[in-house]
Amino acid sequence: MTERNQADGASGADQPLIRLDGVNKWFGPLHVLRDINLSVNRGEVVVVIGPSGSGKSTLCRTINRLETINSGTITFDGRPLPAEGRALARLRSEVGMVFQSFNLFAHKTILENVTLGPIKVRKEKPESARQRALALLDRVGIANQADKYPAQLSGGQQQRAAIARALAMQPKAMLFDEPTSALDPEMVGEVLEVMTSLAAEGMTMVVVTHEMGFARHAANRVIFMADGQLVEDAPPAEFFTNPRSERAKDFLSKVLTH
Amino acid sequence: MDVFSDPRNLDATVSGFLWILKLTGASAVLALVLGVLLAAMRVSPIPVLRLFGAAWVNIFRNTPLTLIIFFCYFGLYSTLGLTLSEDLVRNIYWLGVVGLSTYTAAFVCEAVRSGINTVPPGQAEAARAIGLTFAQTLRIVVLPQAGRAVVAPLGSILIALCKNSTIVGTIGLMESSSVMKDLINSYGNAGILIFAVFAGVFALLLIPTGYFFGWLANRLAVRR
Ligand SMILES: Nc1ncnc2c1ncn2[C@@H]1O[C@H](COP(=O)(O)OP(=O)(O)OP(=O)(O)O)[C@@H](O)[C@H]1O
Ligand SMILES: [Mg+2]
Repeated sequence: MTERNQADGASGADQPLIRLDGVNKWFGPLHVLRDINLSVNRGEVVVVIGPSGSGKSTLCRTINRLETINSGTITFDGRPLPAEGRALARLRSEVGMVFQSFNLFAHKTILENVTLGPIKVRKEKPESARQRALALLDRVGIANQADKYPAQLSGGQQQRAAIARALAMQPKAMLFDEPTSALDPEMVGEVLEVMTSLAAEGMTMVVVTHEMGFARHAANRVIFMADGQLVEDAPPAEFFTNPRSERAKDFLSKVLTH
Repeated sequence: MDVFSDPRNLDATVSGFLWILKLTGASAVLALVLGVLLAAMRVSPIPVLRLFGAAWVNIFRNTPLTLIIFFCYFGLYSTLGLTLSEDLVRNIYWLGVVGLSTYTAAFVCEAVRSGINTVPPGQAEAARAIGLTFAQTLRIVVLPQAGRAVVAPLGSILIALCKNSTIVGTIGLMESSSVMKDLINSYGNAGILIFAVFAGVFALLLIPTGYFFGWLANRLAVRR
């Protein structure tokens, strides 16, 4: 990863990879992101937590512009996010995204899901894309499911395939929006395991999750959001033992008691 | 002498139905291409294109086909001098194709668009998230999955198009219904028989078409 980042020259390795400055977003009258300032450094794992409706998904989605913003700036790898067109498509190909509902292409096999981006976006040769895809599927533990269709896999397997699909683009950062929330409890572990190993390998990650265990041991920073505001930003040990705001204390008392 | 034992009448009947098939064939291809493009415009992120697509659908879907066909003849050809073929009959044929496909494309557009709406939005989001462009997302991810939901209504649209193509008779093409009218004029007492034969041929063409599209829709089902 680091090799690619340095070679990609638009910015120094010391600059944050993702940077939001004074970002505001409205859905009609609803002010869902209020003056958000956030930087994520290369190799950093940032976990975003907060009550439902606080704007976590929206924040995550603005970073690859699946959601547009009303004011402020977002830069990725030293460049402001392109507004549209091919430049935007190119940016998106550098930011992997994993959704709560997996969103694997239902009419394509798992292998085709993983090779589609490399072949169509990166114009990679089908054979080399296939080899890399098989290696990635092996890495997330579902190499034997390559020729099945998404509907034939369990939720945990589908989510791991979705992670492999994102990794196949060799992204500079990965965004996860509640990747385990749609899973049966017994499948949560297998997905978190893949994410933990990615974090350990130095992938830059922004993870919206309710998995406090993952936040504690895999995150470099925890961000707490409430009502569209970024209320706290602290290392996990500090955040979990000594939250500063009342909102965070209240939230933690609710999620940590069960 | 019996109507259909006279070879001239038989020839006229066959030729009338051949015109129907030719009108339907050419218009179906054009309407499909145009309709898919219009649907792409209607779901595109570009406001001008969305407006254009919506205007097309609202104008042509709500104008009687007879008016559109008359406009093609009297407006495009007689007044504006648009000639699509040196041959008089061919010219009428192509003017008819223009009118039929303009009209039918509006219906194809709406069938395709409602098919697109049956595909969960997460599919297009995931496609955009890996860097596919709008056109690639539509072509590679959304339209193939809209297939099942689109094919059945497209079948109905094709059947309607085939029957609608008789309207080109009103601007002078000797298609089946014009032939039928002539035959009834000459063989008044065989009127019922003539009706039955013409209706029967349409049924023979169109009933299998309906079943074929039903079968195709089932084959294209996508498991979720
Ligand atoms: N497309 C949309 N149109 C209108 N309002 C929206 C849209 N998406 C989200 N919202 C609203 O914006 C607010 C923030 O939503 P968001 O999905 O970012 O919250 P969240 O923190 O991810 O919540 P959850 O934990 O439930 O996923 C909510 O009040 C939501 O209802
Ligand atoms: Mg959310």
